Amino acid sequence: MELTAFDKELLNVLQGGIEFVHKPYETMANKLGVSEERVLNRLTELKKAGYVRKIGAFFNSDKLGYSGTLIAVKVMDEYLDEVAERINEYPEVTHNYQRRGEYALWFTFITDRPERQAQVLAEVKALPGVVSLMDLYSQKKYKIDVRFKLK
Amino acid sequence: MVISEVDKKIIRALQNDFPIVSEPYKAIAGEIGISEESLMQRLALMKEKGVLRKMGAVLRHVDVGFKANALVVWVVPEEIMDEVAQKMCAHPAVTHCYDRNTAPNWPYNFYTMIHGDSEEYCAKLVKQLSDETGIKEYELQFTEKEWKKTSMKYYME
Repeated sequence: MELTAFDKELLNVLQGGIEFVHKPYETMANKLGVSEERVLNRLTELKKAGYVRKIGAFFNSDKLGYSGTLIAVKVMDEYLDEVAERINEYPEVTHNYQRRGEYALWFTFITDRPERQAQVLAEVKALPGVVSLMDLYSQKKYKIDVRFKLK
Repeated sequence: MVISEVDKKIIRALQNDFPIVSEPYKAIAGEIGISEESLMQRLALMKEKGVLRKMGAVLRHVDVGFKANALVVWVVPEEIMDEVAQKMCAHPAVTHCYDRNTAPNWPYNFYTMIHGDSEEYCAKLVKQLSDETGIKEYELQFTEKEWKKTSMKYYME
């Protein structure tokens, strides 16, 4: 399924935010000059086709009593897949990416229990093939605005 | 903002997929057992207080054409970091911009995520950001594989 010009407009509007109104999709439809039904039908299809990862609320973990960090892992090539899969198993790991660089795996860890983080990091460090890891804590979040403008 | 028990219910209900139906807030309010009006008011307050970062959508960016994604790590002097951040954040292709602590043999203290349709585009953008800010020490780490990307599930116990 290819994205049409309408789809791109719709996804751009959707990424801009969902309003707190009785019929938010109707509000979007009005902006796009189409019926609410068309928006609902097409969004359902786009979600099903996998273009939309998630529609919903995105919370700020810091304000909910949780704290997040980024961990970079240096790992031997032959163990890479296995280590990545083991890291994925932790529910507190929300993102896990393989990157081209000295540290091949980068994952985010969010928890409301600091002792749990220490425990998991010790476990990851002890996995076969893991050379070292860095805990890269952030204090200033200047920007988080994940929107992809489709043309 | 103090997170009440009702807020926790709201957060639990909303961290899953938002329904694609005509009256989605009404559907969720019904599940939680509060009125649609109080749900919307509470969400508006959470948004105002920064507890709710956004109510919207995230795309599978690789599938919609953003095939090249890079974490760019920079060495930025502390005293000019806010100014550098402001310049970098201004660019729409920069989706994340954070400071981070350094580590042994790892002098990078400033992180940006950038996205484009090709690695060439990303490299060019990074060069431009470097020229605009005067920050010359940096490294691009292109994404090779997404192993996991989910939203955190809060208050599950």
